[in-house]
Amino acid sequence: MRGHNVANVTFIQFSGEETTVDGTIGDSVMKIATDNLVPGIDADCGGECSCATCHVLIPEVWLEKVGIAREQENSMLDLNPDRQDNSRLSCQIELTNDLDGLVVNIPEFQY
Amino acid sequence: MSEAVQHDEFDHAVADPYALPMDSSFDVARGSIFQQDKQWGYFDRLRKESPVHFCDSSEIFGPYWSVTKYKDIMHVDTHHDIFSSEGGITIGDQDEDFTLPMFIAMDPPKHDLQRAVVSPVVAPMNLVKLEDTIRTRAAGLLDALPVGEKIDWVDNISIELTTQMLATLFDFPFEDRRKLTRWSDVATAAPESGIIDSEDQRREELIECLTTFTELFQLRQKNPGENDLITMLAHGEATKDLPERPLELLGNIILLIVGGNDTTRNSITGGVLALNQNPAEYDKLRDNPSLIPSMVPEIIRWQTPLAHMRRRALQDTELNGQKIRQGDKVVMWYVSGNRDEDVIERPYDFIIDRAKPRQHLSFGFGIHRCMGNRLAEMQLRIVWEEILKRFEMVEVVGEPERIFSSFVKGYSTLPVVLHPKK
Repeated sequence: MRGHNVANVTFIQFSGEETTVDGTIGDSVMKIATDNLVPGIDADCGGECSCATCHVLIPEVWLEKVGIAREQENSMLDLNPDRQDNSRLSCQIELTNDLDGLVVNIPEFQY
Repeated sequence: MSEAVQHDEFDHAVADPYALPMDSSFDVARGSIFQQDKQWGYFDRLRKESPVHFCDSSEIFGPYWSVTKYKDIMHVDTHHDIFSSEGGITIGDQDEDFTLPMFIAMDPPKHDLQRAVVSPVVAPMNLVKLEDTIRTRAAGLLDALPVGEKIDWVDNISIELTTQMLATLFDFPFEDRRKLTRWSDVATAAPESGIIDSEDQRREELIECLTTFTELFQLRQKNPGENDLITMLAHGEATKDLPERPLELLGNIILLIVGGNDTTRNSITGGVLALNQNPAEYDKLRDNPSLIPSMVPEIIRWQTPLAHMRRRALQDTELNGQKIRQGDKVVMWYVSGNRDEDVIERPYDFIIDRAKPRQHLSFGFGIHRCMGNRLAEMQLRIVWEEILKRFEMVEVVGEPERIFSSFVKGYSTLPVVLHPKK
């Protein structure tokens, strides 16, 4: 049995390479990536929703559970000309038990 | 004119910051302080004793708040609903009869629409296409330099390279490219800097810039180029009618020229200076050129080519215990936040392999964050890759001359000697 305070997250690079790591419930997906040295997430501002360099794409099956971007996140995502409908900033996604097994795609470039 | 001379004489004596009273007369926004590289003590004191500080003694800029701690700067930068960019983003106000509207000095929603038109040209996807051109031009320039004799790094490399880059981005007539440099200098020149003699002269030269770009704009409307900024503006939904709003067209052009000119130019120079002042880091770099990608953001932090950005409070608000009133000018001193020991370890040290090198304020944060940040990093990376291939050392052989400005933090000359690789 897995502990209640841990859930796993899989990061898929643009190249297709996958990394699955354990994340602590309550941490942001951005923090889980940077703590585990997953490449492709820059997170220049350190999780303040103000640089948009932790951009990820959410596969359709996870979209509902992950939810949509709020106002500030939206305005930051809008700065990115490569924004997609399923774009999120990973610093604004908090890991919950519901998201155990979450898969996110990392774009080719951070803006 | 006589007023300018007075300021000049008055300003040349830069006081020891520790000898001044810490009250509303404590004024760091003087070009002379930066020209003499004496701002550090001023900001050290402000961060320690009065991190959000009100100054009402500036004859040039009027009353303003200085925000000097990293976290407070982040707060101001990310609250664009309270701290407005409308009307200007430098401590000095623009000439009232000749205000240039540009999206850096706009609030949403207009800001978002105009920025969205031009931002694709500097998006990473597009940069991949530019990399080869930039590398070829940088290589050509470095190959043509004389080795073993004293040259000015600023004019020969930093200015030339950034100007070539700008000409490429605009697809601007290559032989006229130094006009871009001149317009950038004219647009940002402090009144006492000596670059222009009067506001009339500034206006005259900028109108020449407008005329040139209006013609280019109309040309590209008929014959679109492949990938350049002017073509994008000329065909963008929110910008294609810009020639009908000439000041706005000029504003956006100047923004792109200044944004891509002073900043990169002074970071290219700053990197040479930083490595010469830190020979152990230069050795580290020579031994391991794969550190270039982490050195580049460290150069940008260390240099902080734009010392500040300014906002204006839209409402009464509180910041780190200070009551800011609606209408007050609020200056975010990026140059100070980038030396804040509470956030950046050993902030005064130049370390090319820092753990989190991109954690710095030089690009700003929030919706006005530098649009060209990836282009800037790419240019610096290519320049250093090409330098290391050719030269054992770019040796600084004299003191740099610095610019008289509390906005553009940079250099007018840096004497160097190039030593070829053994």
